[in-house]
Amino acid sequence: MEKKLEPIVKALQEKFGVTVDEFRGEVHCFLKSEQIVDALTLMRDEHSFELLSVLTAVDYYPQTSPRFHVIYQLTSLSQNLSLQLRVPLNGDSLKVPTVTRVFKMAIWRERELFDMFGIEVDGHPDPRRILMPDDTEGHPLRRDFPLGYEEPQFTFNFDEIDLRKPYAKE
Amino acid sequence: MTQIEEVTIDQYKHLVSERALTGETMLLNMGPQHPSTHGVLRLLLELDGEVIVNCIPDIGFLHTGIEKNMEAKTFQKAEVMTDRLDYMNTMGNNLAYCMAVEKLVDLDVPPRAQALRVILVELQRIASHLVWLGTSGLDLAAMSMFLYCFREREQILDIFELVSGQRMMTTYIRPGGVWRDVPVEFETAVRDFLKIFPKRIDEYERLLTKNPLFIDRMVDIGYLSKETALSYGVTGPMLRASGVDWDLRKVRPYMGYEQYDFNVPVRTEGDTYARYLVRIDELRETLKIIEQALNKLPMGPVRSDNRKFVTPPRSEIGVSMEALIHHFKLWTEGFPAPDADIYCAIESPRGELGVLLAGDGGPKPRRVHMRTPSFDNLAVLSEMVKGLLVADLVAVLASTDIVLGDIDR
Repeated sequence: MEKKLEPIVKALQEKFGVTVDEFRGEVHCFLKSEQIVDALTLMRDEHSFELLSVLTAVDYYPQTSPRFHVIYQLTSLSQNLSLQLRVPLNGDSLKVPTVTRVFKMAIWRERELFDMFGIEVDGHPDPRRILMPDDTEGHPLRRDFPLGYEEPQFTFNFDEIDLRKPYAKE
Repeated sequence: MTQIEEVTIDQYKHLVSERALTGETMLLNMGPQHPSTHGVLRLLLELDGEVIVNCIPDIGFLHTGIEKNMEAKTFQKAEVMTDRLDYMNTMGNNLAYCMAVEKLVDLDVPPRAQALRVILVELQRIASHLVWLGTSGLDLAAMSMFLYCFREREQILDIFELVSGQRMMTTYIRPGGVWRDVPVEFETAVRDFLKIFPKRIDEYERLLTKNPLFIDRMVDIGYLSKETALSYGVTGPMLRASGVDWDLRKVRPYMGYEQYDFNVPVRTEGDTYARYLVRIDELRETLKIIEQALNKLPMGPVRSDNRKFVTPPRSEIGVSMEALIHHFKLWTEGFPAPDADIYCAIESPRGELGVLLAGDGGPKPRRVHMRTPSFDNLAVLSEMVKGLLVADLVAVLASTDIVLGDIDR
């Protein structure tokens, strides 16, 4: 762990009781979902982590506890540091509070989080889907969502496939 | 017909002002067909006459599913998907992904490969900025700009064709090095480009920088403050035009960027014109890097000799059974990566291009997340254009230099 990062992680440990994990010099701090807004506010205001670089999730399916990790990758421009906060979520309670009040960047990224993983975001100001159409069923980036494909159209199966094509309706 | 209209307004009710519901202001779709919206972006505008009250970008038309597709492939084969991501920055995407794989499995890159990567990525930066300059010129009705910029970009694509056989989907940078060594013509081709390009930048600047029409349309338009930019996660030239000196090549050097002498252009105005100037200055700085890298291009291997992760050279396969087995195993099974995840970022022409790569102990990634800069750069658009005219929106959108392949993923 970098020297400059140690007091920051210590402060997080004292305040939120985070567990810390390190791999190839990257520090991951695990939090509970109800702590994340406070933690991010603390990081932004007191430890000058001005930039939230990444907000996404990783699906650990078929493992169910925890099934998802929601990832908040923070960058401090003034100290040239980065730190990752993670919120593990169990398979049945897929909910995180919105962090849009701390970092505006989350407005779109949390929409993407819901769209791609089905993780609901509490109190989000604009909870629409972002990448998929509104009537899509399922959340594509979950590991149990099958990877789809389109059947190539040849002369012998042209009519059959043409019938299934979703052309714009009148 | 009436029913459809009601549904649409329902969806956007919480985003538009009260006046839109009574019909006092007008809702107008700009794009996807509008030439300045790059074909796959819809901007829902709420207009009070010509003045923009609200701008709601609507993305998600491409459905390439690149992140999902990469999960189904081995680490080596997933790389070709990154080319299709941001098609103006293919070398940069390759580099970001390869650096992530190298960090995950702990793989070293020989110095010659590092220098080659730097040269190619910087050439790609110029090519990307040229497309931005050309299309934003076109958006602001400077047709000749478009033609000039594409003429120079062609020369860069010829260099890419020389080294990789492809003009756009190169996949030249591979985990552990590059595909193969560059041909002998490479150095002359790059030197030719270095010789003519400074004059060409002067030409562009003569056309645009002091052009009164251009200045009228760009100065004090689309102001983005430092705080808003940081809060929205804006990076790259947009952030630097708002007065934040933050360039990953300088602050967290990778691929030996610390050896090269170059400046990071920063402006404090934060308007469309500042973003234009930052990118123009970057073109010159980038030329410096390429020249230095080419001058001290070290000799030696271009791929790591770690046979656990990198296939042996093609020439060895004919004579060595061991090499043949390695080659076969690596391309059919792939290599296992630890069950852990890492984040790795580079400075792309648009900002911080990060790759969050999670392995699951096997040869396929559990999750590849591309933190694409255009996504956040577009999200801030609605903050920048409130109160401007529709024609100004075109200038502001052009100055964000978005690539839709980067946004939809």
